[in-house]
Amino acid sequence: MKLNTKWMRILGGAAMGALLLVTLAWASNNPELADEAAKQMAEATGTTSALPWWAWPTILLFFCFILGIIAVLAGVGGGVLYVPLVSGFFPFHLDFVRGAGLLVALAGALAAGPGLLKRNLASLRLALPVALIASSCAIVGAFLGLALPGHIVQMCLGGTIMGIAILLLVSKNTARPVVTKQDALGMALGIQGAYMEANGEIVEWKTHRTIMGLLLFILIGIMAGMFGLGAGWANVPVLNLLMGAPLKVAVGTSKFLLSITDTSAAWVYLNQGCVIPLMAIPSIVGLMMGSFVGVRLLAKAKPAFIRYMVIGVLLFAGGKALAKGLGF
Amino acid sequence: MNRPDTNAPAEQITYANILFYGCWGGLALMLVTYVLYVTGIMDPYVSMDNVIKYWALPVGQYLADNNVPTGWGWATLLKNGDFLNFLGIALLGGLTIVAYIPVTLAYIKKKDFAFAVIAALEVLVLCFAASGIVGGGAH
Repeated sequence: MKLNTKWMRILGGAAMGALLLVTLAWASNNPELADEAAKQMAEATGTTSALPWWAWPTILLFFCFILGIIAVLAGVGGGVLYVPLVSGFFPFHLDFVRGAGLLVALAGALAAGPGLLKRNLASLRLALPVALIASSCAIVGAFLGLALPGHIVQMCLGGTIMGIAILLLVSKNTARPVVTKQDALGMALGIQGAYMEANGEIVEWKTHRTIMGLLLFILIGIMAGMFGLGAGWANVPVLNLLMGAPLKVAVGTSKFLLSITDTSAAWVYLNQGCVIPLMAIPSIVGLMMGSFVGVRLLAKAKPAFIRYMVIGVLLFAGGKALAKGLGF
Repeated sequence: MNRPDTNAPAEQITYANILFYGCWGGLALMLVTYVLYVTGIMDPYVSMDNVIKYWALPVGQYLADNNVPTGWGWATLLKNGDFLNFLGIALLGGLTIVAYIPVTLAYIKKKDFAFAVIAALEVLVLCFAASGIVGGGAH
């Protein structure tokens, strides 16, 4: 496993370097495109800019790298920061931002999934029934998001992002919720398990209020598909506070769950033409590399401060999306 | 009292291994195809100046004005640098579907029919999403 981590770091570093180099190389051959990009930046920021055309993929790569670090430190998924911030401050249309946002969330979840599954911190027995509902509803959400007028989606996105910020501010997850009696459905499906803490302590868990939890995943799936957000912000409270899964299992299963929910929505966006590789791939690579660095910084950083900072950023980005949707 | 088993079940390990190799393979492929695309080694289907012009506009307009196909139409344009990038993206999108198949079979073998049905239904849902059968909502 140590060897795998080393290779991942080498691959990651090479990826960042290669992407930067080829983008710069391409930039130097296409001066006429510089004007178009500079114009777009001026429109997006409301200022005139002398930046060359290749600024956007390069800025996006580094922006997503920083976003990946912040997302890990704040304990949120990349998609929830990516969609409001990139749609608010970059010239890309929301259709393409949502498509890239889902791919960003999907790639992050796929990369994290193996480790979580092997350590039993993500449970297939908990994830599979929930994923079936969430991924089916994510397809519906994706079609709704693509069919509704842009300003309506932008308004709903703004409201949702501000709601997420408030949820992050007020929700108090419980490390090990007390589940005295498992409900009939949870018992019938055998939704229970055990994992080992770092100190060797064995934690056994089971769920309750399974039906209520499954019903909430209808809504979560629709929102994930509609806004291209990923849905860790909603998965964790439902799995932990409502269904009674320990926080570590809720966080691990939620991250793994995104790999299934976002797969269904990502295919819809891909099939509808909402993926532009020129912007999507720097986003994915930047965010994944940032996540690796973020994990390393986690021990030294002050997560509480970063969490409040992210809440502030989400409130601002949500407000901007809402204002954009309202035509201000 | 028996000590609870903290080891991940075998089917969970299989699933994890498929995700691990598939995910990093997909990302490596994505990187290679991106380099081929932006260095101009492979010509794009939609010119770079059009991508930059249209990424600020709704997807419907981008598709119509550039004659970009929807659904699996990209698979017929793999000789173009931009559409070649969809190979890595499709690999990431297809991983979960592939990983579910051995899990479904493992549940059938264990006679855990409830989970076998759930896993089989998930494969159908994801295949439905990937098929592009339903579409046309994009504005």
